[in-house]
Amino acid sequence: MTFSAFFFQALNGLSTASGLFFIAVGLSLIFGVSRIINIAHGSLYMLGTYIAYSFATYIGGALGFWGGIVATALIVGVIGALIEIVLLRRVYRAPELFQLLATFALVLVINDATLWIWGPEDLLGPRAPGLRGSIEVLGRQLPSYDLFLIVIGPLVLLVLHFSLARTRFGRLVRAATQDREMVSALGVNQAVLFTSVFALGAALAGFGGALQVAREPANLATDLVAIGDAFVVVVVGGMGSITGAYLAAVIIAEVKAVCIGIGVVDFGFMTVNFSKLTLVAEFLVMAVVLIVRPYGLLGRPQAFVRSIAEPEDPIRAAMPALKALGAVVLVVLLCLPLLAQTSPYLLILGIDVLIAVIFATSLHFIMGPGGMHSFGHAAYFGLGAYGAALLVKWLAVPMGIALLAAPLVAFGGALLFGWFAVRLSGVYLAMLTLAFAQIVWALVFQWEALTGGSNGVIGVWPPPPFDKAWVYYLLTLVLAVVGVLLLRRFLFAPFGYAMRAGRDSVLRAEAIGIDVKRVHWLGFAIAGCVCGIAGGLFAFAKGSISPETIHVSRSIDGLVMVLLGGIQTLTGPIVGASVFATLQDTVMRQTEYWRALLGLIILLLVLAFPQGIVGAFSSLWRKSGVKS
Amino acid sequence: MSVLAIRSLSKTFGGVRAVNDVSFEIAQGEFLAMIGPNGAGKSTCFNMINGQLEPDSGEILFAGRDIAGLEAREIWRLGVGRTFQVAATFGSMTVIENVQMALISHAHEIYHFWRASAGLHRDRALDLLEQVGMREAAGRPSRELAYGDVKRVELAIALANEPRLLLMDEPTAGMAPRERNDLIALVKRLVVERGISVLFTEHSMDVVFAFADRIIVLARGRLIADGDAASIRDNAQVREVYFGTGKTFAGAAP
Repeated sequence: MTFSAFFFQALNGLSTASGLFFIAVGLSLIFGVSRIINIAHGSLYMLGTYIAYSFATYIGGALGFWGGIVATALIVGVIGALIEIVLLRRVYRAPELFQLLATFALVLVINDATLWIWGPEDLLGPRAPGLRGSIEVLGRQLPSYDLFLIVIGPLVLLVLHFSLARTRFGRLVRAATQDREMVSALGVNQAVLFTSVFALGAALAGFGGALQVAREPANLATDLVAIGDAFVVVVVGGMGSITGAYLAAVIIAEVKAVCIGIGVVDFGFMTVNFSKLTLVAEFLVMAVVLIVRPYGLLGRPQAFVRSIAEPEDPIRAAMPALKALGAVVLVVLLCLPLLAQTSPYLLILGIDVLIAVIFATSLHFIMGPGGMHSFGHAAYFGLGAYGAALLVKWLAVPMGIALLAAPLVAFGGALLFGWFAVRLSGVYLAMLTLAFAQIVWALVFQWEALTGGSNGVIGVWPPPPFDKAWVYYLLTLVLAVVGVLLLRRFLFAPFGYAMRAGRDSVLRAEAIGIDVKRVHWLGFAIAGCVCGIAGGLFAFAKGSISPETIHVSRSIDGLVMVLLGGIQTLTGPIVGASVFATLQDTVMRQTEYWRALLGLIILLLVLAFPQGIVGAFSSLWRKSGVKS
Repeated sequence: MSVLAIRSLSKTFGGVRAVNDVSFEIAQGEFLAMIGPNGAGKSTCFNMINGQLEPDSGEILFAGRDIAGLEAREIWRLGVGRTFQVAATFGSMTVIENVQMALISHAHEIYHFWRASAGLHRDRALDLLEQVGMREAAGRPSRELAYGDVKRVELAIALANEPRLLLMDEPTAGMAPRERNDLIALVKRLVVERGISVLFTEHSMDVVFAFADRIIVLARGRLIADGDAASIRDNAQVREVYFGTGKTFAGAAP
């Protein structure tokens, strides 16, 4: 690559960096002050592009475009404030992960609202009035609008930096980022502070989205893509640091630009197409940064937040009533094939639910007792599914061996990724696991020769007698029961206790000879292994596997299932997975707007059952016990 | 022979010499108090002995072996028990499970996956709880306990690996005066019965002078006195670091 081409790519990278910065900086500010990871932040960004499109096309001209961008930022800011007041304010006292669930529900609702208002087509806005031309840089044409983007990013950074450094509002934001309890103890009205920070963050996201209107079409998939990028930027830059966010945005955008610039390189023994490595590159940067600087480039160790959630009760062996209930459920499940003779769909649903149960229970194993909030459990599902499917495709192995290999492949992957992940904790661990899941996803998506790329692997059907739905259902049931009971057994054994001890107090656990990292590492790998079973079963149940089925949304689904059931109980993930999978399969069939419906149901559950379904029932149980 | 021998221990944070060339020893069965005003380097000294901090220089000989720089868990395995300044138990476990956890670890059974923990070492755990007077509370979640009781449970946990040396960082911090004396009397009795050596830091002078066999005094990172209660009480340098030279009050004295 020539120097001029390289320089041109670098400029390109800088204009992309500004866009990344606008999403990330708001996310970072909001997290710093409220400790909420706003998954819906990408949705606000997406809304920004759509609203700006409407201004630019309906009003038109310079006013519609430039005025529209400013108006969009204000409108999205107001939407952000409303979200904070109506929803988030009610969940600040809920366990941290519940807040995630609430913001994820917003993603679903906003996505469908956008679909309803603007329709499913991509919408490309007009080019920017006054900046339609391009200027010549080293013999190439650089659009003036890109130049404008290159300038506006650092400009906003400067404005933000000085307002945080000099104004009273800025001081409060910085103080709250360091110790919000202290700030409230000093008599600062937290409600107003939180709302205004949320509004500011939302406005920045809306502004960033609006600026994209002249570059890229408004698209319904932008929300999850944007939030994925924003997570990476925030984590690389350091949570709560706005300068770090810009720095990280530049680094990531440049790495991507350079990858595209390098293109195909022939190393002699193999050719590598670097432009296809952009997805992996972004997450590799993050993984490397987190390993070298666990709190991001300019981040500091997180301020200790005194836990406001109720601590967990000691786990107890199942009471006779619960055991009896379990037996009844099992008998019903065994009889399901008989009931399903009239409606074969029931068995498909049953298989989906059971796979979800294995998936959620294995995630709960590390999330609950291990305290490791994995945002990338889909990786191990994917490794299991692809492990099994590829063995069938390339080596034509029998199903039995493929199903055995699935958990082993997932175990290997979890062992590798887990080694890095357990070195971090909290949000940083969550983001690193997400990064690993994205790497797995990008790998199967881009390694077309092996995995079939976006088409996936097809024709992975189970051989007779398992080709009959009821036989395969029973196989799934057996494996699900074995998996769930095995994990439960581990939790009651010394290993499970050691895992909880490490979660409760690392210091104390180390002081009685427990190697917490190693215990958590092994726990992580075990969870990945069991999750691989779910992946293998899924591949044969659907007869195919594609990158889409192991995307980030599956990881989020897992979180939702666990939190829905209640993270502090052992039966929680089973109930949560069953409810969620059933809702997904049934609600999805009813309406085009299934996401919104699902989102509203999740919101209802979050507000009505902050301890999860099982948690709510067991506290009801305890209350009635006290009365009688 | 001494159980623990500290030789020329030093640790610097930035420009602050938190611990500066400190040496002392603890004999078998000795109850040794480490005192000193705030910022004297007690906690730093403690954290180097228990493995949370690595010393810049010097030796920490436990039973003749240098343990400086080992991980906390390795030091525990050699036979050093400890309690924390802010008592730490496993909040999601019952009282007895807390003690069982330590016993399981001591028996190298952490990587066991099959047998339920509930039945492991139960008698031994009850026995330990009995000794600290917490047997009645065995089944309660440890997070529900009053603070004084948490300290007792911590003591039972610390005794689970049959330590030869017990490190107690401000064992009575945050306790009422009555509870304080009870707890220290309990520790002293257990120590005498088992011949364990104890190193503890303490702010309550009542407790120190009533129970310690020997007292060492740190001030600004240096060891300034080492002796029995009477000699420490009369030591001019110790009085100076605690009360100043007294010149301020000279005129006002009757």
